[in-house]
Amino acid sequence: MTITEVSVSLTINGRAVSVPQGTSLLAACESIGIETPTLCWAENLTPVNVCRVCVVEVEGSRALVPSCARAAEENMVVHTESPRVRHSRKMVLEFLGSSTDLSQASDLAVWMRHYQADPNRYGQTDVPAERIVEEPKVQDDLYVRDYDKCVLCYKCVEACGDDAQHTYAIAVSGRGFNSRISTEFDTVLPDSACVYCGNCIGVCPTGAIQFKTEFDMRAVGDWRPESQDVTTTVCSFCGVGCNLELHTQDNKIVKVTSPADHSVTHGHLCIKGRFGWQYVQPPTVSPRD
Amino acid sequence: MADLFIGDDLADDIEIAAVAAAVGATNTVVHAGERLVYGGTQRRRDHRHLLLPALHALQNAKGWISPGGLNHVCTLLQVPPAEAYGVATFYEMFRLDEPDYGPGVSHVTHVCVDAACQIAGSRELIAELEASGAQVHRSPCLGQCERPPAQFHQGIGRPDLVPADFAAGGAGLGGSPTEKIPQQGDPSLRLLRNVGVVDPTSLEAYRANGGYQALDRAIAMGADAVCSAVAGSGLSGRGGAAFPTGIKWRAVAAEQGRPKHVVANCDESEPGTFKDRVVMENDPFAVIESLTLAGFATGAENGWIYIRGEYPLATARLQNAVNQAQDAGLLGSNAAGSGQRFDIEIRRGAGAYICGEETALFASLEGFRGEPRSKPPFPTTHGLFSEPTAINNPETLINTLDIVLYGAEQYRRRGTERSPGTKLLCVSGRVTKPGVYEVEFGVSLGEVLALAGPLTGSGRLAAVLMGGAAGSFVGPDALDLPLTLEDTRERGTTLGSGVIMAFTDEIDMTAVALRIAEFFRNESCGQCVPCRVGTVRQHETMLQLQTAGGLGAKRRKLIEDISQVMVDASICGLGHTAASAINSAFDLGLLPGGRNDDN
Repeated sequence: MTITEVSVSLTINGRAVSVPQGTSLLAACESIGIETPTLCWAENLTPVNVCRVCVVEVEGSRALVPSCARAAEENMVVHTESPRVRHSRKMVLEFLGSSTDLSQASDLAVWMRHYQADPNRYGQTDVPAERIVEEPKVQDDLYVRDYDKCVLCYKCVEACGDDAQHTYAIAVSGRGFNSRISTEFDTVLPDSACVYCGNCIGVCPTGAIQFKTEFDMRAVGDWRPESQDVTTTVCSFCGVGCNLELHTQDNKIVKVTSPADHSVTHGHLCIKGRFGWQYVQPPTVSPRD
Repeated sequence: MADLFIGDDLADDIEIAAVAAAVGATNTVVHAGERLVYGGTQRRRDHRHLLLPALHALQNAKGWISPGGLNHVCTLLQVPPAEAYGVATFYEMFRLDEPDYGPGVSHVTHVCVDAACQIAGSRELIAELEASGAQVHRSPCLGQCERPPAQFHQGIGRPDLVPADFAAGGAGLGGSPTEKIPQQGDPSLRLLRNVGVVDPTSLEAYRANGGYQALDRAIAMGADAVCSAVAGSGLSGRGGAAFPTGIKWRAVAAEQGRPKHVVANCDESEPGTFKDRVVMENDPFAVIESLTLAGFATGAENGWIYIRGEYPLATARLQNAVNQAQDAGLLGSNAAGSGQRFDIEIRRGAGAYICGEETALFASLEGFRGEPRSKPPFPTTHGLFSEPTAINNPETLINTLDIVLYGAEQYRRRGTERSPGTKLLCVSGRVTKPGVYEVEFGVSLGEVLALAGPLTGSGRLAAVLMGGAAGSFVGPDALDLPLTLEDTRERGTTLGSGVIMAFTDEIDMTAVALRIAEFFRNESCGQCVPCRVGTVRQHETMLQLQTAGGLGAKRRKLIEDISQVMVDASICGLGHTAASAINSAFDLGLLPGGRNDDN
């Protein structure tokens, strides 16, 4: 049996495109240089298509379709710049900006300007626009969850569950605007199923989950991404060979990531690779305190 | 227990017994040793669909779901506690914080606050009940719009019940037909012919009145001929989307090699809708027969009934019907002599409008949060448990009995060319005789309102809500509107689930529209941004309308912008229709007009 790659031909913004069967519309757009905003999509996670910021218009389809999850089909006619698409993308960004703290979601700020989103046009003094208001959950020395930055993209839930860690320590709870990412009965992390792999941090697009180091440095105004270096190395703890990216500021490790396209990790690490750098630079406070 | 982390809290004996009674008989206990040969996610999946029944058992036993109770269920069914908590917090009927009811409280009284009950004094009823010391929960539509304001008692340590069922003498299973529908005795009734006439608790009575003849005929015809008859009849789904039933059945019938399912969508939750409840309570065997027929036609061996939690009488009668059908060999390994296995399991919902959306219903039934899934793929190939599934509501299902018995041609003699057959309408609001009416497609809106008698109160007709909260208002000038799928669509409205709710000019329509906005805000599942935030912003803007007595240009633009993104970019029908009734109210001038300022 021979496997031949079947390709499909479609039209995007009037341009003919040919892509392998099964390619998402998002990837098809990318193949001809069309940039698309994404939030809940990541190359190392199953698309959940909930944020709707990547929607495109497909002729013949009544509603807009999420480009991240919809596969390209033969003879599809796709528009990414139509008034309906621009409107929906702008509104999604406004909705998120009006209800959550996007101050650490730098990618979104670019798209907000692009679509001229104005999150401040909601609410009045008599009826203010409701926002997500949550105190940061600081429950250990490894990472912090600050859910008023959470846009409910489901990435952390996927990374904790079926897509990477299979730990299932967190899930979406509640309903509607009251939905939150939570452990059972909001139990503190050290008492939950969490194994501190930190894969939730790795996928969070808005800083709602971040390293305690970053959180503390931001609190004192010392977080300076522009003066940080990233050094790629291989984790020394076991023989699997995970790539680590050590983010250093003033010659100190401040956080650790792994490339999403790395064949071994797909961006995911374990507690040792993610947090175990103390032997390089002992912490001033022991995590056991 | 292997790889799931379960906290330290333990269930007490009451909780353990309640869970055992609900799911214990199904051998769900996992022994650690079994994992060696059979474990992991497959094991979880096999039992996870029992999560909702187990949570119901916990809630009923104690009036809330305790950490210990949840841990116990998670251990039993091998569900991660965080996910089970996420599921439990999704539903209106479950509490996860310990209530402070005081001793002797046997139930929580749910009182409906949606339109039909709102204009019939639910606020006053709530005040009265609260003054008398009752535990009151403000509930979305309870599906009893013909007897407002509606109540439902959620039991603590005793079964749930609807007080009105006792008032009619039909408590529990009821010994005799109790329902009196406005058209009682009309010989032209087809879908409602047994209601109030045939004892709903007796298979014998059902058979004596022609029951199970359609299934026998279907078996004689063969599955393919049944699908052809249903396709030829032009029958379309009666839940609102009006998808052709024959096409759906044929698609499932064509799927081979995987388990297949037929599901009765009995999660009737659209505000203003109660027709399926009347059918299920008073003609449950027809629902069971037609679901069996659907199973035969599609080659599905698994039948499921997902019924909303607020319908205890319908649930009891359907369960009784399933039991009797099983005993009579009409279900089981050779269902009704068809040579095919067919079994039916009943699952109760727990208070979530979204679970009437078919893919959300599947997720809920499987033991996950009732969040809709992206389509495609469609249920006919990836439905319940990602297997081929035909899903229909009771009204659609029972239509197939006549189609099989008398043929598609005979069926098409009623109704219109493009909307054949009869339709159940849920008439409520300011009419003298609210209730379920069966009419041929094509009668006018005015004729239906005339059937329901003169308007009550002293006002004049101001508007009619068509199709429920997800539908739209029409004005008095629409009384000539023929009630067909094609005519309603052409006039920019919908038949939806058959809601016809009459409002007079004495009614504060701003309050009604505001409640519709609040309904969608509360019922959005929260999965997609356009709906999760859009329904909140829409409700806030309507609150501003109420406070300010009108909306300026800027706010009107906001309402339009919010509406459009919900229609264009939401995942499912809830978001697509969440602005529809409100937009129509603006268009009809039912709400305070625009103001001449910018805000």
